[in-house]
Amino acid sequence: MGDHHHGPAKGLSRWLFTTNHKDIGTMYLWFSFAMFILGGTFAMIIRAELFQPGMQLVEPGFFNQMTTLHGLVMVFGAIMPSFVGLANWLIPMMIGAPDMALPRMNNWSFWILPPGFLMLASTLFMEGGAPAFGWTFYAPLSTTYAAPSVTFFIFAIHVLGISSIMGSINIIATIMNMRAPGMTYMKMPLFVWTWFITAFLLVAVMPVLAGAVTMMLMDIHFGTSFFSAAGGGDPVLFQHIFWFFGHPEVYIIILPAFGVVSQVIPAFSRKPLFGYASMVYATAAIAILSFVVWAHHMYTVGMPVAGELFFMYATMLIAVPTGVKVFNWVSTMWRGSLSFETPMLFSIGFLVLFTIGGFTGLMLSIAPADFQYHDTYFVVAHFHYVMVAGAVFSMTSAVYFWLPKWTGRMYNETMGKVHFWISFVGFNVTFFPQHFVGLAGMPRRVPDYALQFADFNMMSSIGAFVYGASQIMFLYNVIATIVSGEKVSDEQVWDGAEGLEWTLPTPAPYHTFEVPPKIEATPAHG
Amino acid sequence: MAATEHAPAGYEKYHVPDSSSLAVRATVGLILTVFGAGLLLNDMTFGETHESGNAKWVLAAGLVFFIFTLASWFRTTIRENMQGMNSAQLNHSYVLGMFWFIFSEVMFFFAFFGTLFYVRQLAGPWLAGEGDGGRMNGLLWPGFEFSWPPTITPQEAVGGTDIQPIANNGAFLTQERSMSFADAHHWYQWLPMWNTIILLSSSFTVHVAHTALLKDQRSKFNLWLGITVALGIIFVGLQAAEYYEAYVLFGLTLNSGIYGSTFFMLTGFHGFHVFMGMTMLLIQLLRSVRGHHFTASDHFGFEASSWYWHFVDVVWVFLFLFVYIL
Amino acid sequence: MSIKKSLVTAGAALSALPIVALAQNQVNMSPGVTKVGAEIYDLHMLIMIICIVIGVGVFGVMLYSIVYHRKSKGFVASQFHESTKVEIAWTVVPFLILIGMAVPATSTLLEVYDNDDAELDILVTGHQWKWRYEYLNAEGENVSFFSNLATPQEEIYNSEAKGEHYLLEVDEPLVIPVDTKVRFLITANDVIHSWWVPEIAVKRDAIPGFINEAWSKVDQEGIYRGQCTELCGSYHGFMPIVVHAVSQDEFQGWMSAKRADKDAQIAASSVDLSLDALMTEGESVYKTQCLACHGGQGEGGVGKAISGSSIAMGDLGLHLDVGIKGVAGTAMQAFGEQLTDVEMAAVITYQRNAFGNNTGDVVQPSDVAQHKQG
Repeated sequence: MGDHHHGPAKGLSRWLFTTNHKDIGTMYLWFSFAMFILGGTFAMIIRAELFQPGMQLVEPGFFNQMTTLHGLVMVFGAIMPSFVGLANWLIPMMIGAPDMALPRMNNWSFWILPPGFLMLASTLFMEGGAPAFGWTFYAPLSTTYAAPSVTFFIFAIHVLGISSIMGSINIIATIMNMRAPGMTYMKMPLFVWTWFITAFLLVAVMPVLAGAVTMMLMDIHFGTSFFSAAGGGDPVLFQHIFWFFGHPEVYIIILPAFGVVSQVIPAFSRKPLFGYASMVYATAAIAILSFVVWAHHMYTVGMPVAGELFFMYATMLIAVPTGVKVFNWVSTMWRGSLSFETPMLFSIGFLVLFTIGGFTGLMLSIAPADFQYHDTYFVVAHFHYVMVAGAVFSMTSAVYFWLPKWTGRMYNETMGKVHFWISFVGFNVTFFPQHFVGLAGMPRRVPDYALQFADFNMMSSIGAFVYGASQIMFLYNVIATIVSGEKVSDEQVWDGAEGLEWTLPTPAPYHTFEVPPKIEATPAHG
Repeated sequence: MAATEHAPAGYEKYHVPDSSSLAVRATVGLILTVFGAGLLLNDMTFGETHESGNAKWVLAAGLVFFIFTLASWFRTTIRENMQGMNSAQLNHSYVLGMFWFIFSEVMFFFAFFGTLFYVRQLAGPWLAGEGDGGRMNGLLWPGFEFSWPPTITPQEAVGGTDIQPIANNGAFLTQERSMSFADAHHWYQWLPMWNTIILLSSSFTVHVAHTALLKDQRSKFNLWLGITVALGIIFVGLQAAEYYEAYVLFGLTLNSGIYGSTFFMLTGFHGFHVFMGMTMLLIQLLRSVRGHHFTASDHFGFEASSWYWHFVDVVWVFLFLFVYIL
Repeated sequence: MSIKKSLVTAGAALSALPIVALAQNQVNMSPGVTKVGAEIYDLHMLIMIICIVIGVGVFGVMLYSIVYHRKSKGFVASQFHESTKVEIAWTVVPFLILIGMAVPATSTLLEVYDNDDAELDILVTGHQWKWRYEYLNAEGENVSFFSNLATPQEEIYNSEAKGEHYLLEVDEPLVIPVDTKVRFLITANDVIHSWWVPEIAVKRDAIPGFINEAWSKVDQEGIYRGQCTELCGSYHGFMPIVVHAVSQDEFQGWMSAKRADKDAQIAASSVDLSLDALMTEGESVYKTQCLACHGGQGEGGVGKAISGSSIAMGDLGLHLDVGIKGVAGTAMQAFGEQLTDVEMAAVITYQRNAFGNNTGDVVQPSDVAQHKQG
């Protein structure tokens, strides 16, 4: 039982049985990319059907299955696991720990994900088809009126909830318990901080989601009436529970993205992050506020006006800490010595587009105006600016930023830049016109639309195909780097990068910080 | 921020376990379990009556496999600890893990308590046409009056399943008697009160056991832990008796509208957690009696189980208050 | 003649208005034809302009940095990393701006929620996938009807050219009087729907088992179109809303005509029809009511197959039961109230004789009426 095995095991068993945070991180990243491609395929089917008015390719019922699976796969399969993968790779290296706190459980958190999603995807081939009630699965469309496959959908949600809870408990334990001596909380890199707060959010809300789907299961199979008015329940109750999970979930997705950008922008500005402490407080404030704003997704359900006002004011408040973050990032760039490698491009892309998403978010928070925006393409545009240009751009930035440290090889910079510009243009061509059709009155989740929306929808579809295709270039670039990229000679990789992970050899050895590093007394961020 | 490779004085190595098949085995068990459960439920609800699938065997195989894997997982961690591989820092990771696991359980119950408050304070009165959220609902449910425990479901108020077409997934028939104190014939026949007494005393007995262990009084520890487990078993037994009473004598079922739904889900999940906690404590008792595990300074397996036990106890207090009394 | 001609011209001009609006691609919210709608529009513009101004400022600073503070230009980074004053300022100033936004937002919201003193109540019920309207407090008997998508399947499946109001046209629109506070009592029969007509500034979810209130006071006569805005199943995209806002006189006339219609329907149900007449009528009812779920050839889809079905070829009583009362817990609704006895008789006859079912059964309106009475 020696624990001094310096290399990984060989073959498949390395990946199946591993307890190594880097292996597990790698698996999370590849799995999430596979899900990104799968969810992207669903999106392409959606956009192809919406290319022109009229039904051309799929039936309306199947269209709904596509929108549902697209949302579920992207949120739970692509974005969340990708950031967990990043956390696995980076948190131990950033805080000077030998591994995650509970390595075997870490492996389990990952391995229940693929079969969980296999179960979800298998519903496509079941009688009655896959879930077709949207990723928000509002009852009673998802209970009394759902296809039998909903049972497997419910269990899939349970499984990936278990995965998330275990993963986040691991992250909390790692950060609280595994920091190298001298690595105080206020010296932790911002990526670690944002994940710390995200993990708390996950532990707090994933069980609530489990509760919601359990109630659905009981309504479907055991005749309870949680979401049925006839028995004294309320369909809107489902929405309250769902969004009590769902709104923090949105921040679960975006906070680690904030963390990445807060590492990348200072590195390529060659200047410390502006307002480190206020960044930490702003992140915490956003997380706390996220528990009291859930019903802003439900302005039109007929809440009493007092509730409506409370949720409107609380939601508007979120603009303050979010604004602080944006101002801090811009100030970090101000009077820096900027260079524009691919990670920086994606982070600047994030900053611009996420801010636009934030503005539309503020507009949506205004309850009376939301009566006109709600459930239109304006909302679709808003959350894709936050989810794609926010989370996915930041994730892409992270991959380009740390890939040389992980693999010891440099990616193709030109191809990276081309990838960015095609993504940036493709993304905006896809989603900017959706603001217009939404304001003009096009509801979301419709397989067909009136003629006045035709031009913008065609534009949107063309943009989507371009954006989708550009991800193949990303995949190629990453694989080419791993296989035959130019070796990185400099341990530091990026001259402006700060943090413990850059003090390690390149590529990062299989085991790092088996003996904790000593952190110098000088504050890390000043 | 430069790092230098010097182990600080007194540093104990953090044990990163070897690669292990436990996680993959547990995954197989878990996935078979949920897949089997899904098949079974769908056969039950949507299946043709003459069909008898293999669902129950898939479920059973999954459960057995899962439970055995978990057992061997815990055995592995116990062995590692006994072999002295765990540093204080590693033990602290287990402490944090257990603490945040219990926190996640708290949030799970929070969802069901939230549901209870929502239907009692908001949805119920709204359905009866009261309050800001439902002043026009009288049009849909004429004659429905809301009270708690409810004496009638909206569906019954308008004349049953045939009359109301809304979200019609069955007949919601109110119970004849509820489980609240007001409906009990005699105070000494009111099981929830006895259950409260039993569970509260079990929290006390497990604390006595812990104190004994801290003083290294092995037989006293075994005795009080044994009493705790016994109280847990009695609680689960009484809960079963209460369910029998509800289903058979009071006509209170899962189909009894929202009262039955919230009652059975809250008490049911709590009962399941009591069963889990009781099993955990039983295993600790067996470890102590047969394996002479635990010392005054090293007994995390017991400590974690006792935290869990206190947690189910606290949940019960809230249940007693909001489900049975208020 | 000249009166008629000018009416036609006025009508054409009126109906041309939306076309002019649609000819260009609309890129912004419509202020609509109500006071509340205009206030919402103003609020929307106010917030958007504030956001744009802030955005220009932030992006301007960033762009300046990107252009001038470049490593490639030899710009040396300064190392400042905090400034308490600035940080406090950009926390407090946005907070004040938000208060400035909250004030008009609150007053508009309170107005939206002022559902009292309505002059006309209309119960709006969402069904999969059509709307039902019932006029509640008009004098005399309540008038109610269903409003179905009128766009033919041929247009949806691209075998015919799409009409101007593709997917936004119904067989029977909701008619409301102008300059009248109309309250909509919105609910649903099966799943959650949402009733939205942008130009009269009403969107409210239709929750099964609960009634939500919303109101509108339309200033201009005209035709206003909207759609269901909550995912409600396969044909969520195919349940439009059309509102005709007419003068109060015209509204009264329409109301009397509807009542007369109802009497005529009752009279019609006692007259027997020929198989051919029933089949013709049945086919058209089938197309609007049944086809979406049961398929163009009765082959089934969301619903069961009708071609060769044991119900459509078996006991007539059971067939009538399913048609009139629906099947609980499925998408098969109770059509007893949605169709007149003549329509029900026709569609049942059609189902029993089309798609190769050829039972030869003829169901008369009187049979339906009799069956309803039990």
